[in-house]
Amino acid sequence: MSTVIAAPKPGKPWTATPKERAIVVGIYLAAAVVSFVIVAVTPMKGKLAYFTLFFFASIIIDFSVNYVQRGMASAKDAIARGFVTVGITFAVLPIFSILFEVVKRGYQGLGFGLLTNDMSATSVNDPIGNGGLLHAITGTLVMVVIALLVAMPIGILTAVYLTEIRGKFSAPIKFLVQAMSGVPSIVAGLFILSAYVYPITKELSGFAGSMALMILMIPTIARTSEEVLLLIPSDLREAGVALGGTQWRTVALVVVPAAKSGLVTALILGIARVAGETAPLVLLTGGGESVNLNPFNGPMGSLPMYIWKCFGQGTEESIARAWSGILVLLVIVLALFTMARYLSERKVTK
Amino acid sequence: MTLLESKPADIPAPREITTKPRVSDKIFRGVVTAGGLSSLLILGLILIYLTYQGYDVLKSQGFGFITGSEWSLVEDESGNIDLNQTKFGIAAMLIGTILCATIAVVIAVPISVLAALYLTFYAPAAIRKFMVSIIDLMAAFPSVLFGIWGFFVLMPSAEYWAKLLHKYLGFLPFFDMQVPVFTRSPFVAGVVLAIMIIPIVTSISREIFGQTPLDRIQAAFALGATRWAMIKAVVIPYGRSGVVGGAMLGLGRAMGETVAVYTVLNIVYQINWQVLLGAGGNVASMILLKFGEAGEGEVKALMAAGLALFILTLLVNFVADFIVKSSGAKGR
Repeated sequence: MSTVIAAPKPGKPWTATPKERAIVVGIYLAAAVVSFVIVAVTPMKGKLAYFTLFFFASIIIDFSVNYVQRGMASAKDAIARGFVTVGITFAVLPIFSILFEVVKRGYQGLGFGLLTNDMSATSVNDPIGNGGLLHAITGTLVMVVIALLVAMPIGILTAVYLTEIRGKFSAPIKFLVQAMSGVPSIVAGLFILSAYVYPITKELSGFAGSMALMILMIPTIARTSEEVLLLIPSDLREAGVALGGTQWRTVALVVVPAAKSGLVTALILGIARVAGETAPLVLLTGGGESVNLNPFNGPMGSLPMYIWKCFGQGTEESIARAWSGILVLLVIVLALFTMARYLSERKVTK
Repeated sequence: MTLLESKPADIPAPREITTKPRVSDKIFRGVVTAGGLSSLLILGLILIYLTYQGYDVLKSQGFGFITGSEWSLVEDESGNIDLNQTKFGIAAMLIGTILCATIAVVIAVPISVLAALYLTFYAPAAIRKFMVSIIDLMAAFPSVLFGIWGFFVLMPSAEYWAKLLHKYLGFLPFFDMQVPVFTRSPFVAGVVLAIMIIPIVTSISREIFGQTPLDRIQAAFALGATRWAMIKAVVIPYGRSGVVGGAMLGLGRAMGETVAVYTVLNIVYQINWQVLLGAGGNVASMILLKFGEAGEGEVKALMAAGLALFILTLLVNFVADFIVKSSGAKGR
C-alpha cells in the first residue's frame, strides 16, 4: 500500500498578492488626496485641474513606489503603464460623452408621431410634438437601398478579384480602393453634380444623392468583403477544383456561400458608413419636407439633411428636433453595427 | 491484357488534360476584372469631370488659383461672371485645411498610439474586446453627429483650454494672438477632427502592433525585460513606419471633413496662422458654405476647388499607402 502523495494545489504565482493590490489602491488614494489638497490650496480650479493633478500625482507616486521596491526598470514600466491608461481613457471618453449627451438632449422629442408625420405642415417655432421624421426616414431608406443595389455587386466583385483572381491589377486595385475610401464626401457630391445633375437632369433628386452614397459605400464593402474572403481556407477552394469545378463554379458554389454571413456584414457596414453622410446630400437632394418616394422626381428628405436643416434654423424647438434626429440616426447606426458584430462572430457559415 | 480488352466500351475516352480556361471561366474572369477596375473608372471619372467643369476657372486664374487668397466676384452687365477680373484663389482655405488637419493629427496620434499599446499589450481580454468594439463603433459615427456634439458640448470646454494655452504658452508664435476671440477657432475644429480620427489611427496602430512577431516579444521577456522595455526594444521599431502611415491616413480623412468643420469653425476668408483665433476654414467647408448662394460661374470655381481637394487627399493617401507598404519586418 503506497502512500498517496497529495498533488500540489495549482498556484498562480504571477497574480497579484493582496499586499500588492493594497499598494495599488493606496497609490491611487494618495494621488486623489494630493490632487484635492493642491486644488484646495492653489488657485487652480475645475475638473481639468483635478484630472491633470490626479494624473501627474498618480504617475509620480507609482514611479517612486516602484523605484523603491524594484528599481529603475520597474519604475519606467510604471510610467509607461500610466501613460497608456491615460491614452485609452482619452480615446474612449468622447464616445461616452456623445452617447450620454445625445440621449439626454434627444429623448424629449421622441414620440410615436415622429414615425408617422413629416415636416410639411410644421414651422420652425412649432412645439416639438408637431411634425416628424417620416419623410426623412423614407428618403434615407430609398437612397440607401438604391446605393446598395449598385455598390453591392461592384464592391463584392472587387473583393473577389483581389482574393480569387489575383491578377496583375491586384496591387493597383488595392491602392485605388484605399484611395477611394479617402475621397472626401463633398468631392463625391460635386462629382455627381458635375457628371449627372448639371448635364443630364438639371434638377436635384434623391437618385443623385444615392449615386454619391454609392461612391462612398464601395470601398467599405470591398475592403470588408476582401477580409472575409481571405478568411475562407484555401482547402475549400482546392476541394472545389479537385471535384472538377471550374473557377466560376468554385467561387459561386463554394467560396461565396461559405462567406455568406461575412459578406452580409460587409454590406451592413457599408450601409452604416453612408447612413449619416450629410455633405453630398446637402448638395444633391434638395431636402424636401414631405414624403417623396420617387427618387427621380422632386426633392427628397433624408435623416442627416433633416438634422442639418434643423440645426441651421437655430430656434430652440428646431435644435431640440435636431437632437432627436441625431438620436434616431444614432440608434440606427448602433443597430446596424450590433447586427454586423453579431454576424461576424461566425464568419464562416456552415 | 485480356482483362483490359474484355470490356473496352466501359472505359470512357480520357478527358483532354488542359490548363486552358473554359468559356464560363473566361466570362467570369472578365466580369470580375471589370468589377474590380470600376474603382479606377470612378476615380478617373471624378478627375475628368471636375477638371472639365472647373477648366474655365483654372484657365483664367492659372497658378493664382492655388496661391491667391482672394475670392471676389465681378459680374458684367448681363449678370455673367467676368472671368478676367474675378479673383478665385483658395490659398487661405488650403492653408486652413492643412492647419486644422495638422492640429488634429498632433492631438490624435499620441492618444491613439498609447491607446493601441494599451489594447495590444496591457488590457485584460474582456476589457480589450469591449474597448475595441467601442472604438470601432465610434469610427462608424456620422460626421454630423460629431459636428453638433462639438458645437454644443465640446466647444465651451475647448474655448477654456484655448484660453489656458494662450495664457501660459502665449510666447509660442502660433499660440499668440492680438485680438482675443477664442470662439470657433481652428483649435476647436482641430480637437473635433482629432476625436473623429482617433478610432481610425487607433485601429491601424493596433493592427500593426498586433503583427509584432511573438518570438521577439517572448525573447525580450525571457531576457528579463519589463513590459515597457519590451515595447521600446521590439514593438516600436517594428511598428514605427506603419503608425506613420496610419497617421497619414488620419490626416487625409481630417483634410476632407466637411460638416463637422462647418459647424464648429467660424469660416472667414483670410489666411490665418493663429491657431486660437476664431477665424479660418477648410476647402470642403468653404465649398458647402459658398454652394448655397453660388451662381453657375461660381459653382465652376467650387468644382475646381473640389478638384484641388481631391488631388490633395489622393496625394496624402498615396504617401500613406507607400509608407505602410514599405514597413516590413524591422526592429531589433
